[in-house]
Amino acid sequence: MMDKIARALTGKKGLIAYITAGFPDYAECERAVLTAVGAGADVIEIGLPFSDPLADGPVLQKASADALFAGATTEKTLRLANRLRQKTAAPLLIMSYINPIAAFGVDRFAAEAAAAGIDGLILPDVPEEEKDVAAGALEKRGLSLISFIAPTSGEERIAAICARARTGFIYCLARTGVTGAGGGFDQATENLVRTARQYAHLPIAIGFGIADAKTARQAAEYADAAIVGSALVENLRQGGHQAVGSFIRSLRRELDRCG
Amino acid sequence: MIKGLPDKRGKFGGFGGRFVPETVMPALLGLEKEYLKLRRDREFQTELRRWLRGYAGRPTTLYRADRLSKHYGRAAVYLKREDLLHTGAHKINNAIGQALLALRMGKTRAVAETGAGQHGVAAATACALFGLNCVVYMGEEDMERQRLNVFRMRMLGAEVRPVASGTGTLKDATSEAIRDWVANVRDTHYIIGTAAGPHPYPLLVRDFQSVIGRETKAQAAKEGLRISKVIACVGGGSNAIGMFFPFRNDRSIEKIGVEAGGRGLDKENAATINRGRPGFLHGSYSYLMQDGEGQVLPVYSLSAGLDYPGVGPEHAYYHEAGAARYMAVTDDEAIEAFKLLTRLEGIIPALESAHALASLETVMPGTAPGEAVIVCLSGRGDKDVEMVEKYLGGKR
Ligand SMILES: Cc1ncc(COP(=O)(O)O)c(C=O)c1O
Repeated sequence: MMDKIARALTGKKGLIAYITAGFPDYAECERAVLTAVGAGADVIEIGLPFSDPLADGPVLQKASADALFAGATTEKTLRLANRLRQKTAAPLLIMSYINPIAAFGVDRFAAEAAAAGIDGLILPDVPEEEKDVAAGALEKRGLSLISFIAPTSGEERIAAICARARTGFIYCLARTGVTGAGGGFDQATENLVRTARQYAHLPIAIGFGIADAKTARQAAEYADAAIVGSALVENLRQGGHQAVGSFIRSLRRELDRCG
Repeated sequence: MIKGLPDKRGKFGGFGGRFVPETVMPALLGLEKEYLKLRRDREFQTELRRWLRGYAGRPTTLYRADRLSKHYGRAAVYLKREDLLHTGAHKINNAIGQALLALRMGKTRAVAETGAGQHGVAAATACALFGLNCVVYMGEEDMERQRLNVFRMRMLGAEVRPVASGTGTLKDATSEAIRDWVANVRDTHYIIGTAAGPHPYPLLVRDFQSVIGRETKAQAAKEGLRISKVIACVGGGSNAIGMFFPFRNDRSIEKIGVEAGGRGLDKENAATINRGRPGFLHGSYSYLMQDGEGQVLPVYSLSAGLDYPGVGPEHAYYHEAGAARYMAVTDDEAIEAFKLLTRLEGIIPALESAHALASLETVMPGTAPGEAVIVCLSGRGDKDVEMVEKYLGGKR
């Protein structure tokens, strides 16, 4: 039986939206998430800010720093998740780095995240080899820990990673490098998805480099879902949650055309 | 007894590991495989030794500092003169080793981070020597306080990219270097400058720097010295682990790591083991200066090379295992030691190394004549004279 996250990405081309928690503040961030869901996002990633986001480009680095400066904390982010859970059924994931989670306590975080209605975690600095720092605690609370594959992974790793992944989706990095709208896709991405397909039991989502309707469509041509982060956060910075709404709608329209 | 660490997963006790994006995992696994092979490869080791001798200036002397010893009136103080190496610091040991490794792996480009600029200069030098393209990331604040080294790197053909994000110091330069590496991993090798980062970096940097301790051990044996203590400053911990590792099973020899106490341990400092808690940064689990939320804290030291909120995982392990002792000295104490060595011995030490020297104030009273205390003089202080002049000016 498919889990809730995977189900939300099945039957049509999925759209996953990333928003930094507490950016520009918690109230506007909450409006932005709800607007994104209303405009057609299927799954939400809430970014729990970290001071040293190794996998992020300038836009998300800045959003993270601004959110921290404005007073973002893990507790407040869990409360945001809880409020969102009252208002939407969309799967909610927390995307962060291992250090803030470890500082909170992995077991405690898993318990409180589950209680707040979170469905899973995405930790880009926790590769397959290190998953045991969090996997046990998360599994016990029914939370998914999303697996990554990259253009550099190679078939053997892709096979092993995809075969082990049981819930959520496979996060396929569209290119080497950090988050950020520029840069487009790595040529290897299409092959990467095709290889992953042979081994994965889960939907495959493409992220890193989806900037607009055109790149979203490109992703949807071979993957099951597109993940959008920097471009969305940039819209939020420039035009508030209203801009997020029209941006997500434009992606949704394009994805629905791919069917 | 310290066992043969790290283990297969790159862990020193519970510390270390590989907390990096999937994109670079295959590169780390490849690097590990290649390095473990070259580690036992006679030809590679011979080639490395040849460059260290003929080019870098090894072996460095173990110098008996008589006037400094007399000043304390106890044990004899010996200085391991890494400051005499080409480019002026121990960093060249590692830079040459890693550049050779990069060549073996067919890489054409190298990225490095730098704080004081010493590792940046060493990396730029090794890249010039072996014909690799070189990009060095350096915090904006550090570029200002270490201008001389910025010029040197540029002369050597390296591109120096300023890093303004975060605190504009070594931590942020390291993040940017890793981001570049993640993006360009197919043709690029990351020459990390200290014994930190994801496995296998702490291992290979330790190996390349262990020449310091190995030579010291042989030189001391030849002179029949009875070493009671070996002392080194700890930024990320490369010169210290290079000195400590070959002595790891000599239990009668105390290993003392000296961290940057900045303005004081209750004020701003960069004394990671003394003041931090275990956490994850730049790919490894070790001690970290962080707040209760797990956000990395800004750190401070007058010495740019020690101004880093993390520390290599092997030191975290030595600390917990009681295999080494980690203390801290303040900026003021380091400056006093800087002046003292300059006046008494005619050797201008790097501010980083001056931290190791400053520990003698508290260490020496507990020693006795007939013992030898070894201080790793990790680098020369030419790069720091402007800073020191300004600092003293402000004090007057
Ligand atoms: C002369 C010198 N000593 C020490 C250090 C600190 O590094 P580590 O702790 O890796 O030896 C630096 C770093 O820039 C340095 O330039």
